[in-house]
Formats: sequence, structure tokens, C-alpha cells
Amino acid sequence: MRMGKGMKKSIWMAAMLVALILTGCGKAASSGEEVVVYNWGEYIDPDVLSDFETETGIHVVYDEFETNEIMYPKVESGASAYDVICPSDYMIEKMIANDLLQEIKWENIPNVSNIDPQYMNESEQFDPGNKYSIPYCWGTVGILYNRTMVTGPIDSWSVLWDEQYKDNILMQDSVRDAFMVPLKWKGRSLNTMDQAELEEARDLLIEQKPLVQAYVVDQVRDKMIGNEAALGVIYSGEAIYTQRENPNLEYVIPKEGSNIWIDSWVIPKNAEHVANAEKFIDYMCRADVALKNFEYITYATPNKAARELIEDADIRNSEIAFPDLSKCPDLEAYLYLGEEGDALYNELWKEVKSK
Amino acid sequence: MKNKKDLLSLPYFIWSAGFIIIPLCMIFFYGFTDRDLHFTFANIASITETENIKALLISILLALIATLICILLAYPLAMIIAGSKLKDSGFMIFVFILPMWMNFLLRTLAWQTLLEKNGVINTILSKLNLPALSIINTPYAIVLGMVYNFLPFMILPIYNALIKIDPNVINAARDLGANSLQTFLYVIFPLSIPGLISGITMVSVPALTTFVISDMLGGGKILLIGNVIEQEFKQANNWHVGSGLSIVLMLFILLAMGLTAKYDKEGGNYF
Repeated sequence: MRMGKGMKKSIWMAAMLVALILTGCGKAASSGEEVVVYNWGEYIDPDVLSDFETETGIHVVYDEFETNEIMYPKVESGASAYDVICPSDYMIEKMIANDLLQEIKWENIPNVSNIDPQYMNESEQFDPGNKYSIPYCWGTVGILYNRTMVTGPIDSWSVLWDEQYKDNILMQDSVRDAFMVPLKWKGRSLNTMDQAELEEARDLLIEQKPLVQAYVVDQVRDKMIGNEAALGVIYSGEAIYTQRENPNLEYVIPKEGSNIWIDSWVIPKNAEHVANAEKFIDYMCRADVALKNFEYITYATPNKAARELIEDADIRNSEIAFPDLSKCPDLEAYLYLGEEGDALYNELWKEVKSK
Repeated sequence: MKNKKDLLSLPYFIWSAGFIIIPLCMIFFYGFTDRDLHFTFANIASITETENIKALLISILLALIATLICILLAYPLAMIIAGSKLKDSGFMIFVFILPMWMNFLLRTLAWQTLLEKNGVINTILSKLNLPALSIINTPYAIVLGMVYNFLPFMILPIYNALIKIDPNVINAARDLGANSLQTFLYVIFPLSIPGLISGITMVSVPALTTFVISDMLGGGKILLIGNVIEQEFKQANNWHVGSGLSIVLMLFILLAMGLTAKYDKEGGNYF
């Protein structure tokens, strides 16, 4: 490439223009009342958002993320000031530990009384004292199986190591969910930091690998509906939807126990519209709103009042969407394991994947 | 502005400063620092870990196979297209570019649906009482995806090189008594090498770095170096190691390009 005399000048101009464009983007639309929401993809009924806007006159700026890990650096860097975010349990713990969240003023969110206290208790695992988070959706992880393709009862994680299902098993392609399976099967904690226990889990996953058809995340749903596999590890929130599409599918929480997860609303420290954030969370906790939202996304709502309003008794009393926590086997929430823990799990997972 | 040519190059400079130079500097910054922002070579050295070196070797192997298959498919095709009448060749090029009007991810996803156990191909095969094809979630499917997606990048530069050959040169060879094979070996092929080199670069580089194809068609069971880097960024949230491995990968690409450029005597830019 030929470089002219004016190149130095050009580079300067380029840098300035880039800077101008970048700052320009950040400053757009700051007039009027607004609330900036950062939520999982496809995790809200769009009508709920427009209803909120008409009722309160507060404009919702809505952003979506795919995983907790993608969300975290954006919030940590403070590049964009969100008012309300919906991370999962262990990530909330990490954000509390790193001082990114502010305490919620409960008196400003009266509808929180609709939330079933048992979920507030579960939340204490990652948010002691319920200071920073309000549950939005919750669920378990279990096995989705196709009745016509399995023999005998499916009630244990051990079926995922059964030779007869070779090439018929779908595993989760995310490190914590993948390790949870062998850890719970062998009666360990899914938050273990014990080297020997983790290596045992890694070896089991390596042993299982020839039987696994694929490691996927969202595709478990479509593949199970399409009869591609007999068994798949999946979130309970997808169970109702998949059963509607393919009646041969059944969801079970294995007897050895599993993961219980909660996604909750939090307000970050650098929020610019705290009052609007409180209004938004309060609105989401209203029974009729939570009901409407549940019918759209089918992930279980911790909203007791909303559940009572569900007309379809099968769904209202569904053991899948709303398992009785007291009867459930050993359910554990993921905890934040620190940078060292994250690195250890990721390293072992890489060893499994590269075998 | 004294010089109007400089003014014209301004958009390019803005583009390259904002989207090539600055990101590249950031990759180097992350690649040579640890989490506490101290200088380190550890991220670069992490390529020597067994899993990473294995992923790199598999990536190189699959990229080589895919490039080779692309050459074998593309060269005769390019010759046929270049040899046909101008109207026909335009249409044929159009046919090969047509799939590129659709998004790359969707096309790869379509292959998944085609190859699946109960997919389109196997349904047809079982109707015909033929044995099922089970290449989904294997390295074969990954190579197939690479060849399918990158084949146009091999055809076009070879085609461009071929049509630029002066017919008089070929006629001269014939006049001087060369048969078809000799004309091809000593005249046409050497003159098409620059196009072939561009094609090799344009196929092997994306094939070496892909993570989407291996994810979608490999079922997450085959870890390529692209997947390792993606995982460092997205799951492990360790941008430093991810950047360090990216730098190593860049070195390999530069090496590959340097090697091919060595054989590119013409040094022409045909694409």
C-alpha cells in the first residue's frame, strides 16, 4: 500500500471522527422519563413492556443478553448504565461481591408481597438477607426424555451413562450445567471445589462422551421435539413448551438431586433512574402482569398471586413448572466460585471437550 | 486538503483506524497482560497446553483437507466457466454466488437439518431402502460445512485469473506444437497460480479460524482452536488468554500466507 504525505493528518482525523461517533452514540435520547432494562433474550412478553409504557409514561429502553458471562463485563465496565438487570443466582452473588449492585428499597416495591416466601428463602443462598434481588423466574435442570425411545423408568442421572442410549443423549454445552450432572449423580455438591471430586466428574464426562450425540444449549428443545434423541438435559422452563409440541416427551428431576436456579431483578450501582427501576420491578411483580408474562414465556413464576390466577388447572398444579420444593430431592443453587473456581471448572471442561 | 487523493482515502483510514488498528492494539494489550494488567508471556505460552495444541493441530488438518477439496472442485469448474461464452459464464458465476445472498449461519443450520438422524437426507435414503448417512457431529460434517461455505471464494479468484490469460498466448503455444496437456501444464496453469494462491488464502484462513461450523455441525464434540478462543471470551470470561491465543493464531495465518506468497511468483492481486 502506498502511504501519502497526508497520512499522519488522516489518522488524526480518523481517530477524532471515531471518537465523535462513539460519544455521539452514548448521549442519544436522554430527555424524558426512561428506564434502561437488560434482560435475557426472549424472556419477556413484549406486550408487558408496552403496557408499562402506556400506564406509567416511562419509556423502556430494552436490551438483551445471551449468557450471564456476556452481561457481566458490560455492567462491570460501566460502559452502559442499566437501571434494571436480570442475572442468575451465582452471577448476582459475584456482582454483590464486586460491589456492582445497590440495595433495593423494599418500601418502594409493595407488590413484592406477591412473591412466594419459599423463593425468597432459596434466594438467601446467593443474596443473604434478600437485600439486592427480587426473583423473576425460577426452575430446575432435569432430563427430558422421549417415552417411545426409552425402556424402564427414567429417574436417575445414571441413564446418561447407559450404553443402550449411545448417540441418543444431548448434554448441555455450558460448563456448570455439564459438571452438575456427574457431581449430583455421585452425591457431591454442585459447588464443590474439591480437586478429587472434580477430577472424578471430569473422568465421568470423558467416559460419557462417546455416548453423547451433541453438546448443545438451546437446541436441546428443537432436537427433542424432532425425535432426534432419546434423552436431553434441559431447563424446566422449556419442558411445558416441548410437551405441547411433542406429547411423547416427559421431564423428570433425577432422584439424586439437581440444580435450582433463580433469575432475579437487580439494580446496579451506576443506575441513573433508580425510581423508575423500582416502578418497573414493582410492575413486574403485579399478579396480572406476572401471569400474562408467564403465559408467554412458560418459565415458572415465583409469583404466588399470579399462579393462583392461572386458569388451566393442569398447568397451575404442574409438577414440572411448580415442583413442591419440600418434596424435592436435593436441589442446590449455583454459587459464585471466585476467579480461581471459574478457571478450574473451565480448564477441566476444556479437557472433556478436547478428548 | 492539498492533495485530493488523500481526501479520497479518508473513509478507508477512518475504517481501518476504528475497526482494524484499534481492535488489534487492544488484542495485543490483552494478550500480553494478566488480570492485574502486568506484562506477561503466559497467555501466548498457553498454546503449549495439551488441549490447545491439539485443537490447533485438528484445525490445521481440517482446514488443509477442506482447502484441498475446494481446489479439486473449483479448478475444473473455473475452467469450464472461463471456457464458456460470456453470457453463460456470467450466469454460472451468478449461480455460485446466489447462496451467498443468504446468511452464512442459516446455510450452516440448513446443513444440520439436512444431515440429522431424522433429517431430510436420511428420510429420503430410508424411503429408498438405502443405509442411513451418519456424518453429523463428526469431523466429516465440519469439512463438508467448510467446503460448502468457502467454495465460492476458491472459484472466483481462479476464474478471474483464467479469463485474464491472453488467448494469443494459448494460440502461440498451440502453434508451436504443444498439445492440450502441455498447454495446460506449461501455459495455463502457471498463469493461474496467482488466482489459486488467493483462493487458498481465502479458504484456508476462515476454515482455520471458524468456530460456528464446528459448533453447529460437530455437535460441540470437536474442539477447534476457534472454539477454544470463543470459550475463553464467552464462558471463561478470560479475555487475556483468549487474546494471547488469537495472537498465536494470527502468527500461523501470517506464516501460511508467507509460505503461499513465496510460491506466488507473479505477486499479482487477482481478486
